[in-house]
Amino acid sequence: MSESNKVLGIIFSNMHDDRMGDLTMARTMGSVPYGGRYRLVDFALSNMVNAGIRNVGLVTKSNYHSLMDHVGSGREWDLARKIGGLTILPPFARAAAGIYRGNLEALNGISAFIRSAKASYVLVCDCDLVANIDFAALLACHQQNGAGITLLYGRHDVASHGGDNVVLSVGEDGFLRDAVLDPDAKGEQDVYLNIAVFDKELLLRLTADGVNHGKYSIHDILQEQAQARNVYCCPTQSCFFRIHNMVDYFAANMALLDGGVREEIFYRGRPVLTKIRDQAPAKYGLNSSVKNSLVADGCIIEGTVENSILFRGVKVGAGAVVRNSILMQDTVVDDNAQLEYVILDKDVLIRDGRRLAGYLTYPLYVPKKSHI
Amino acid sequence: MATKKKWVAMLLAGGQGSRLYTLTKRLAKPAVPFGGKYRIIDFPLSNCVNSGIDTVGVLTQYQPLVLNEYLGNGRPWDLDRLDGGLFTLPPYQKSSGSDWYTGTANAIYQNINFIERYDPEHVLILSGDHIYKMDYTKMLAHHEKMGADCTIAVIEVPMEEASRFGIMNTKPDTQIYEFEEKPKEPKSNLASMGVYIFRWDKLRQYLIDDEADPNSSNDFGKNIIPAMLRNHERMYAYSFDGYWKDVGTIESLWEANMDLLAPSDPLSLYDPDWKIYSRNPCQPPHYMADTAHVENSLITEGSRVAGEVDFSVLFAGVTVEEGAVVRDSIIMPGSVVRSGALVQYAIVAENSVIGENAKVGERPELMEDKSQWGVAVVGNGITVGAGAVVPPKAMIESDIQGVEGNE
Repeated sequence: MSESNKVLGIIFSNMHDDRMGDLTMARTMGSVPYGGRYRLVDFALSNMVNAGIRNVGLVTKSNYHSLMDHVGSGREWDLARKIGGLTILPPFARAAAGIYRGNLEALNGISAFIRSAKASYVLVCDCDLVANIDFAALLACHQQNGAGITLLYGRHDVASHGGDNVVLSVGEDGFLRDAVLDPDAKGEQDVYLNIAVFDKELLLRLTADGVNHGKYSIHDILQEQAQARNVYCCPTQSCFFRIHNMVDYFAANMALLDGGVREEIFYRGRPVLTKIRDQAPAKYGLNSSVKNSLVADGCIIEGTVENSILFRGVKVGAGAVVRNSILMQDTVVDDNAQLEYVILDKDVLIRDGRRLAGYLTYPLYVPKKSHI
Repeated sequence: MATKKKWVAMLLAGGQGSRLYTLTKRLAKPAVPFGGKYRIIDFPLSNCVNSGIDTVGVLTQYQPLVLNEYLGNGRPWDLDRLDGGLFTLPPYQKSSGSDWYTGTANAIYQNINFIERYDPEHVLILSGDHIYKMDYTKMLAHHEKMGADCTIAVIEVPMEEASRFGIMNTKPDTQIYEFEEKPKEPKSNLASMGVYIFRWDKLRQYLIDDEADPNSSNDFGKNIIPAMLRNHERMYAYSFDGYWKDVGTIESLWEANMDLLAPSDPLSLYDPDWKIYSRNPCQPPHYMADTAHVENSLITEGSRVAGEVDFSVLFAGVTVEEGAVVRDSIIMPGSVVRSGALVQYAIVAENSVIGENAKVGERPELMEDKSQWGVAVVGNGITVGAGAVVPPKAMIESDIQGVEGNE
């Protein structure tokens, strides 16, 4: 058995859905579009694949049609495999139990899948993080520190979030002292990045035991395990963006306009893989003017675009002006329309001369398929 | 034994494409990059799969490494099939000895066994030299309606250019009565597109007979088609009226890329119902810097533009630095145009570097002697040093030293 076969990856596609408002109305967190051509799940999948993990379970809960459409058989991540590969794990509810309430309960629901995997370790990961992280280093850290659980954490300003942060108190020896959900703290803290490695047998025991004691999420068992000196904390030096609300989402997209950030996210020798759409290159027309923007294939631009992210197949008509905005796949901005600080979801049509504007701290979101 | 197929396609991809000079030094012509994210072979392959053809044999011979790697198992074109799919067919050794493919007809002859496995009624013969989007099912319908033994796709070319092509002379019902290769005084302007459909049983016999003829050069245009005409086989022309371009020369390759920039989109590259598929590394969207100025151009994934780009095609992962100017040019994957460089009417092949303040190519209107003008070509992996000058029509195959004072 090769080294890479020893790790099972589990991705939770739905965690934090409820914080994202309209963006996750009809999709999971994992299928939220990002950065011109990606979905958030691409980062979790790519980080796993780039660390040699070849056996990945993708846990779904609701609204996962768009996610299924995106990941397909896992081919684009080289996960369409006979041995291992990508397994989509739809909600599995026993008659009495109902749909899972937290990630621990979800893991208990898929315990048969975990048990049958030929793996010694399980790496669990949510889809709320945009980052190119060396999971191989995290796994090596786990194998060296002797703990049953290793958490990945990073320095993060908790004030910028409306909650959902597990703040860690890490001892000088690297072991977890305490983990507190949304403490009354401000400023930069050591925040758990919802990425952890478990010894498989321990995980199976904890999930079964936890659910019997009314513990539904991984956070609920950390305290007890920390006391047993069984949780190690591994810091990441990588650049990362946590996405827990629309403002985070907007900022994490706009951050890609910085060359250093693009370098950190995309060019670490570990490619971020995504579904291929086979579109022609972007076409720039006469009098087009595009500055400080990220433009995907299939776009046709005849107007002005500044400080914006254009997803695949976006059309910007002559005389139209798009500034500080995110235009998702196949949106159309007709001639002379003006947009500033807007997020247009997929297939939105902005007709001739319409004007829409939000503000930096309150980008205006236009839902999928709207016609304005 | 494979399942019987109505038709299979055989794609002739073994040619060197010697008139592309340095661009085909290390790769076969069908593998030459085109249109920002494609290679020439993507067009016939995508046409096949969009026409519902699920079995394609690709005949390779000259410099096959890049092409083989590119084709792989055919997945990007959806040609990784349980039954059929994409096969690369290089020449092979037999108990009777081994032979290179000596001509287009000989290449098919040597693969009769491959075609027989599918027991097809018809065989579509294609070449990897042309850029076009064509629904081969319409041609097959014409072929079957006419009860043809052979149908040849033709396109109307300007009469004054007809003497550069293989010309089909036809009766009003499209039956071909004469074929003239590059006629001095053409009788019609219907040029062969190098796309043939044959009834397999007929073609099979003609291939065997042709192989037995020691004087034959084993070529479809020179031997098979004339032989069938001599024997009064049922041969018909199928008229195609879309965009079609031979990209066998530096000029035509450059022109065909420039055609993509026309606002009318003559090739309908953006038509979602007839996509052209390709194999590309997964790269982030391209970035336009604050200093970028881009008009009338195609730009694709992984590129970074901080300079000026006009009437140009940039492939994946190209960098145009601030202060650099690229006009009327084609920059192939991974190449870098450094600050202050001026690239005009040029083709820069893959992974090359144009140094600071270097000058590549020239605008035709600035030439005193127009006969000295042509598209400048910088080959694969070449470094053009800082301040160096690459004149128009030049063909650069080795690094050029920088000019002092510019290092």
